[in-house]
Amino acid sequence: MTRFSPNTLDRGLSWSRREFLRDAAGLVLGSSLFSSSLWARSGILQKDRKVVVITFGGGARDQETFAPEGQENIPNLMRELIPQSSFFAQVVNRGILGHYVATASLATGVYETINNFASLPPESPTVFEYFRKDLRRPSSDAWVVAPSNGFNRIGESSHRLYGPGQGARVILPKHLLTAATKGTADYDHLLRDNYETPFFAPEVVGNEFELEQLRSLLKLSVDDFKTHALTLSSPDELSVYIVRRLMRQAAPSLLWITMHDIDIAHAGAYSLYVDGIRRTDRLCLDVWKAIQSEPEYAGKTTLFILPDFGRDSDEDSAGNGFQHHRTGDAMSRTTWMMALGPGIREGVVYDRPLDSTDLVPTIGSMMGFSASQSQGKLIQELL
Amino acid sequence: MPTRELKPDQFNGYPPEARKLAIANLRALQVLPLSFLPSLLRELVEYDYKFPAERTSLEREISNFNSLAPEQWKEWFGAFEKIQLSASLEKFDWINQPAQFVEQLSAHLWTTHQQDDFRRAATEYGNRLHAAVPPLEPFFPRLSIVVVGQGVSASEYPLFRKLRPHGALYTNVNPEGGLDTLLEFVASRAKAHPAKYGHWYVDGGQENPCDSGVACISYRKLEPARNQLLARIRKQSEMPGSGPENLRTVMSALRPADLHLEHSGDAVLARFELKLLAEGSGTQIFSTTFAQWAAREALRRAQPLTLLVRFAPRQRQRPMNEMLSVAKETVELDPAGSLVDADLGAYYTWLNQQRLTGAGQSSFLAWFEGRNIAIATGPAVPRGTVSSSPADLRQILSWTI
Repeated sequence: MTRFSPNTLDRGLSWSRREFLRDAAGLVLGSSLFSSSLWARSGILQKDRKVVVITFGGGARDQETFAPEGQENIPNLMRELIPQSSFFAQVVNRGILGHYVATASLATGVYETINNFASLPPESPTVFEYFRKDLRRPSSDAWVVAPSNGFNRIGESSHRLYGPGQGARVILPKHLLTAATKGTADYDHLLRDNYETPFFAPEVVGNEFELEQLRSLLKLSVDDFKTHALTLSSPDELSVYIVRRLMRQAAPSLLWITMHDIDIAHAGAYSLYVDGIRRTDRLCLDVWKAIQSEPEYAGKTTLFILPDFGRDSDEDSAGNGFQHHRTGDAMSRTTWMMALGPGIREGVVYDRPLDSTDLVPTIGSMMGFSASQSQGKLIQELL
Repeated sequence: MPTRELKPDQFNGYPPEARKLAIANLRALQVLPLSFLPSLLRELVEYDYKFPAERTSLEREISNFNSLAPEQWKEWFGAFEKIQLSASLEKFDWINQPAQFVEQLSAHLWTTHQQDDFRRAATEYGNRLHAAVPPLEPFFPRLSIVVVGQGVSASEYPLFRKLRPHGALYTNVNPEGGLDTLLEFVASRAKAHPAKYGHWYVDGGQENPCDSGVACISYRKLEPARNQLLARIRKQSEMPGSGPENLRTVMSALRPADLHLEHSGDAVLARFELKLLAEGSGTQIFSTTFAQWAAREALRRAQPLTLLVRFAPRQRQRPMNEMLSVAKETVELDPAGSLVDADLGAYYTWLNQQRLTGAGQSSFLAWFEGRNIAIATGPAVPRGTVSSSPADLRQILSWTI
C-alpha cells in the first residue's frame, strides 16, 4: 500500500478539491496578489458589519463532501453557496481533534489544550470577548448557538483580562427544549447528545433563566416552541430554528453556530453520518437564506462555513475510516472554509494552506477589533 | 518508575504465559523508553488470550529487540526517547495498567503537541519492524466474503461503488441457495485447511449453524452480554464524579465472566467478544457496526484464511441515551440504512484483508443477499469489469479463487 507523507497528502487533498471545484462549479483559481481593501470597497461601515460563523460539524471528510463521489451529499454547498464564495481548499487544524476543544480553538485563534469532555472555558480570550471589549458592544450583540451541553462554556474564556460577563451569550437549544418539555418522550429525537460519550455531557443549570430567554428574547411562547419543535427531525434543525428567531428578535452582530449532527459517525453507521452531512448542507443554505431575507443582516453580513476538522482516512490502518478522528492523519486535520457576503470575491478557490486559527484575527480585522492574543494570521484574500 | 528498574516480581499480576514471556525478555524490556514500553506491555499482558497469529507476531517483535546491536537502539528508539513525559505519567503504574497508561499518554501527547512526533516515531518503528521481521505469509490464500442487504425488499442504492474498480461486478447472479452455498464453502475450506481461529463466520443477526472448525460469533447470541454491559455503563455513569476516563477504566477491567461470556471453554474467543463490546464504539447498539468492527478485528488480530461476514438490519436511530439503555423488546429496524452501512462495511473488509500478508493472492466476494448482484476481486479477476451472464455463487467463487 502506498504511504503518503502528511505534507504530500495535504497538498493532494487541496489539489483534488480545487480541481473538482473548478470543473464542477466553474470557479477560478485565486491569488493572494489581488488588490486589498475589499471590505472598504463594499461601502459598508465597519460598525454595521455582521459576521455569522457555522462550524460544519462534527467533522466531515472529503470523500463525503468535496471529492467527486461526495458531491451528491452537499448539493446546496455546491450549487448555491460555492459559486458565491471565496473557497479555501486547505485549512489545517494543528490542534487537538476533539469537538469542544477544536471549536474553542476556532473561537480563540489559539490551539486550546483544555479537557475536551470537561465543563471548562477556553483559556485564551474568545473572539466574542475581543469584539465586545474593543467595540464596547453589549452582551446581546454576540451569541453562540450550540447543540451540546458540553459547549455551554465556550462564550467566554478564563483569561484574566477577560472572562465572566465579557463574552457571548450561549443558547443550548436542547437544554431549552428539555426545560420547556420537562423530558416528554415526543421530543427525544431532538435531544441526542454527545455521540462520543453520551452519558457524560456536563450538566448545565438554570432552566428558569432559559425559559425566560425564550419568552423575553426570542418572543416565543413555550407552547409555540414545543409545537414547532415537533416538526423538526434533529438537534441541528432545532439549533437553526433558534438561530432564525435570534436573528429576527436580537440581530446580534456576531453569531456563532455549532452544528453537531454529523458526529453520529462515532456510532459507526455510515448511512447516518451521510444523512448528517446532507442535513447540515441544507441547514447551511437555510442560514444563508435567512441572512439574505432579514433586513438587519441582508447586504452587510459575512458568512463563514468551516468544519472543526475532518475524520480519519480509509487508508490509515490505525483508524476505522469515517468513524472517528483519532489518528491525527492529514485527512482528519485538513479541511476547508468558505466565506460569502459583501466584499468577498465570488467563485474563487484559494489553495494556499491556512490554519484554523486564522479565522479569529480575520474576523477582527473585518469588524474592527484586535485579536491580540490569537496565534493566527490575517487571511488577506478576504480583507 | 524508569524502565531500567523493572524486576521479575513486578509481573506477578500477569497471566502465566505472559509473565513467562516478560521475565524471559526482561533485559530487553528494561532498555525500552517509557514512551514505548507500556504499549508493548498492553499487548503482552493479553498474551494468554491472543490468537496464534498475534502470539507469533509478538514473540518475533520481542525477539527482534534481543537481536539489535547497541548502536541500532538509537536508530530504532531515539525518536521515542525524545518524547517528553509528565511526572504523573512517570509515576503511573504502567506495568499493571499499561492500557490506562497508553490512554493517558495519548491525552498527554495531544495536549503537549507531541502527537505528530509520536505518530512519526511509531510509523518509522513499524516500517523498520516490518523490514526486519516481515510478517509471515499465509499457508493458503485468504478469502473474505461479505453478505449485505438482509431484509431489504428493493433498493436503488448503487452498491459496491468503491469495490468496482478492483474487481468484476456480476449483475445476473442466481440467488437461490446462495447463503447455504457460502456457508458450505467456508466449512469446506475449514475442513480442508484446518487452522485454529483460521476460519471465521460473523453474523450481524441470528447466526446459522456453524461448523466446528469455524470460529463463530453473532450479534444475536451476544444480546444478553450486550444488555449486561449497557446496564453496567449506565450504572457507572450515574455514580457521582464519574466521567469518560473512569468509564474506560471500568470497561478495561471487565472480564468475560462479568458478562457471562464463557464460551464453552474458549477463553480466547470469549475475550475477543468482550473486547468487541467493551472497547468497540457503537457495537453495543448497531448490528451493522458490530459486524463491521468484528470483521475488522478478526482480520487484524486473527489474520484468518477465511472470513464470512453477514450484515443484518440494525435498529433505526433513536436518541443515543435511549439506545444505550437496556434494549426494548421490539425495536424498529432500518434495512435501507443498514444496506448503506453494510456496503461501506464490505469495502472496509476488503481494505482490511488487503492490509494482511498475501494480499496479492487474496480473494474477496460481496453479495447482495437474495439478489442478483455480487462483486468479486482476486488475482484471476479482471478489474473494473461487469458481467451480465447468468452465474451462481459457486461458479463465481470458482472463477475468483
